[in-house]
Amino acid sequence: MSLHPNDIQRRGRFAAWMTALSLTLLASGFFRAQVLEGERYQLSSEKNRLREVPIPAARGNIYDRHGVLIAENVPGYSVSILSQSADSLRSTLTRLSTIIGLTPADIESAVRRLRRDPNRPTVVLADASFDQVSVLEEHRTEFPSLIIQAAPKRRYPEGPVTSAFVGYTGEINETELNSTDYASYKSGQQIGRNGLEKQYEKELRGVEGSRFVEVDARGRVVRDAAARPDRPAKTAPPLQTNIDMDLQRFVAGYFGDTLVGGVVALEPHTGEVLAIHSAPTFDPNRFIGGVSTEYYKQLTTDDRRPMYNKAMQGRYPPASTFKLATSVVALEAGLVNLDTRMPQPCTGGYTYGGRYFRCWDHAGHGAVTLAQAIAKSCDVYFYQLGLRLTLSRFLAGGVQLKFGEKSGIDLPNETTPIWPYAVEYFDKLYGPKNWTNAVTLNLAIGQGENTQTILNMARFYTALATDGSAARPEVVHRNPERTKIMNLTPAQLAGLRDAMGDVVSGRGTAASAQIQGVVLAGKTGSAQNETKIDHAWFVGFAPKDDPKIVVAVMLWQGAHGYAAARIASKIVEHYLKRPTIQPVDIEGDD
Amino acid sequence: MIKRVFADYPLVIIALLLSAYGVAIVYSAGQTDVVQTAVATAYKRQLGWFAVALVAAWVLSRASVRLIEWVSWPAYILAVLLLLVTLLFGSGAGTASSMKGWLTIGGVRLGQPAELAKVAVVLMLARVLAARRDPPRSLVELWLPGVVVLVPWLLVMAQPDLGTGMVFVGIFFAMLFWAGVSARLLLLAASPAISLLLAFNTGLWGAWFLILIAVVLWYKPYVVEGVVLIVTNVAMGVLAPILWDKLAPHQRSRLLVFLDPSEDPQASGYHVIQSQIAIGSGGWLGKGFTLGTQKRGAFLPEQHTDFIFAVVGEELGFLGVTVALALFLLLFLRVIRVASRANDSFSSLVAFGLLGSWMVHVIENVGMTLNLMPITGIPLPFFSYGGSFMLACWLAIGILVRISSEGRGEADALPIGLRGSTAR
Repeated sequence: MSLHPNDIQRRGRFAAWMTALSLTLLASGFFRAQVLEGERYQLSSEKNRLREVPIPAARGNIYDRHGVLIAENVPGYSVSILSQSADSLRSTLTRLSTIIGLTPADIESAVRRLRRDPNRPTVVLADASFDQVSVLEEHRTEFPSLIIQAAPKRRYPEGPVTSAFVGYTGEINETELNSTDYASYKSGQQIGRNGLEKQYEKELRGVEGSRFVEVDARGRVVRDAAARPDRPAKTAPPLQTNIDMDLQRFVAGYFGDTLVGGVVALEPHTGEVLAIHSAPTFDPNRFIGGVSTEYYKQLTTDDRRPMYNKAMQGRYPPASTFKLATSVVALEAGLVNLDTRMPQPCTGGYTYGGRYFRCWDHAGHGAVTLAQAIAKSCDVYFYQLGLRLTLSRFLAGGVQLKFGEKSGIDLPNETTPIWPYAVEYFDKLYGPKNWTNAVTLNLAIGQGENTQTILNMARFYTALATDGSAARPEVVHRNPERTKIMNLTPAQLAGLRDAMGDVVSGRGTAASAQIQGVVLAGKTGSAQNETKIDHAWFVGFAPKDDPKIVVAVMLWQGAHGYAAARIASKIVEHYLKRPTIQPVDIEGDD
Repeated sequence: MIKRVFADYPLVIIALLLSAYGVAIVYSAGQTDVVQTAVATAYKRQLGWFAVALVAAWVLSRASVRLIEWVSWPAYILAVLLLLVTLLFGSGAGTASSMKGWLTIGGVRLGQPAELAKVAVVLMLARVLAARRDPPRSLVELWLPGVVVLVPWLLVMAQPDLGTGMVFVGIFFAMLFWAGVSARLLLLAASPAISLLLAFNTGLWGAWFLILIAVVLWYKPYVVEGVVLIVTNVAMGVLAPILWDKLAPHQRSRLLVFLDPSEDPQASGYHVIQSQIAIGSGGWLGKGFTLGTQKRGAFLPEQHTDFIFAVVGEELGFLGVTVALALFLLLFLRVIRVASRANDSFSSLVAFGLLGSWMVHVIENVGMTLNLMPITGIPLPFFSYGGSFMLACWLAIGILVRISSEGRGEADALPIGLRGSTAR
């Protein structure tokens, strides 16, 4: 076959053009991808190779009123894994489990974390021990997707002493992640649980930083690249509280490990919480990074319920400490004066509605005035006072004194006390015809359908200690709030204070609680309860005429009020007689 | 009568530049953050093969075209036999481990017989076509060239190696075109393949069938031919779904992914997506030689073989891509020139057949890195790592140099084929 040159040239030209055209088309495809859409692909490529690793922020330190440290951060380690799929995470963790001991449940929870935040390294150990970290470092090359980094760890230097108010931190759980309150949170992050840590979470949290590591196609860390600048984490500013650690320590030390009960100490004019304690205590430090099963079991099986905050969660009949409330309502109503006597003198008991109501002192107190009745805690006097008040007026007075409301302290989980809001309360509780006016007698002496928190009783006494205004208890000094809850003249208030001063004297029920050189005023109480032994109460303030501190003490099964009064007296004595504490400057805001 | 063999320097220089470029990219492909021992040292072996290939090409360029023509038959038979052996005893490799493309003896991979088959088919086709007085004018006359390609094509498709199959088809049509077969006949010859592709959509296939009937009526082939044509097209339409079921799963997913890479972003689509990201992120000038992050982090698969061009795109950017494509264009234009000036029809057809083979390789391989073409395991000439392919490319250069050397000089307008008999 012969190919004619003309044909060859024609076909050669055609072939040349076709070749040039196809390669130009190819090149134009590259032009589009590389030049026109280059930026988009650059982003994809960066997203491929860079992984954002969060740098946890240190929480703000917590200090007491004098600059004593309550909560701080110490160096800790967190261990996480960069993983692209649940399967690869699972296989890595299964291999890891032989080294650091992970349970199948740990592995599954890590997988759930990955599913929730696929772009974040999955936290495996939020608080790894030094031993775990050293073992992992040894095996580093086998686990290239492992990220071990410094993670500030919470520490409470005085641990159990602060367990009633400081709270603790823990890793955010799935329920919390699902709630809108924690919308800005990611799995693996720490949040405040309970106490100040929870209440001031927003302020204590700090701002998480991040750095970028370079990974390969299997998610293994190739280098800790500074491909993009790190965004350092921001430590939250310190939080100063009203707590007086010296006093708090004293209170905790006094209760020790044997007594059960709660204490609240307030500054009467401002409501500043000087100390708040619940005994027995627990160590919040042991909750950091996850509480161990045996410690948790130990706490929950203890009959004395260490985790139950007796200062603000426990509700107890206020008993005779409530007689001041009965007195205030009667004085406001103009029914009595401090020197008014009741028609029937105390002979050790009182008959009403065919029932015999005893006075705690079977010998009887005779014909006493209101002031004397307070000092001696005469039940018979208050039975009659209650009846004179009438139930509905008494209940309304109690509502006005805010016995049916929380104190409003800036701590989570405060319990609302129980105070019948009106007569209908009894109709609902017992049925309209199934109760009698006898309930008034019980209420008048602080028993019956009335249970209060120690904290709320302390709040009530701040009004007695001052001008009739109660201060809202505040652990952190933010916006003090005082509410006028009783309309008494200064003379009436002074009279009540004198009567309370007599309680802690040879004439009263707490003679043994006197303090050398300081007049402690207050009221004892012995609360009948479901157990056989009465709870001992004392709520008071000192010095009587210029109160600097209000103290409420409840001693579980303390038998008689003077036992609580003695504790209160030691607390007050320590507070008023100790040398002045020089405040320490806390590290300022950064 | 031994002529002095003068080298076609432009051709050799272009091929040397392409090879040097290719070896450099194979070197870069081995520079990863993830240890890939075999890939890291691939450039050394590639250099070794490059040296071997140069020697082989030089030796081949000493052989007269007549000797090469004489070798066509044995080479073709050997190639078919090797393909048959490979099909029966071959082993897989790389991304296409399910296909039997490698001839392995005692665990040692000796090479891919498909590379030999490409050259052998070019030689055989050239011989068959050059033996004719006139170019084939009807489908019936195409039976012999058809059989020459069909036998190895079937063997290759049975591996199954779609890429090499495409190369055979490319060679076939390129050489028919160069031999002077009319465009209409080429269209009719291609019609069964078009039917096969369009059979997946009944509407499209119907439209194509109407066009085909119109072409047949206008072109007026022999009745037998026309009937065979129509029957074949219908058969292809019916067979397509059956063939689809016969395709290996990796091929099926590759074709689906070609239509939409995001269909399977973690598996088959992953290759294409990562390759596109690598190339796109290269921008104008690239991320720098050896510094491609997609390649370093092993996001880019088969970066030293099938997807080597993505490394060019990522590290050297649009500039590097343009240089590479320009070198290929220069090579192709030079080969067209060699084909145009060849001393006889056989030489001319061989040259153009080799061009057709390379064209398919380049367009398919480069195109697939950007998802302009479906993924087939087809290497890029002079770039992709692989001994037998490097050798095959340079053997082709050797043949082309010889053809060029025997061809006519400038301004020589005598018809090819007559030259031997005229005094010059």
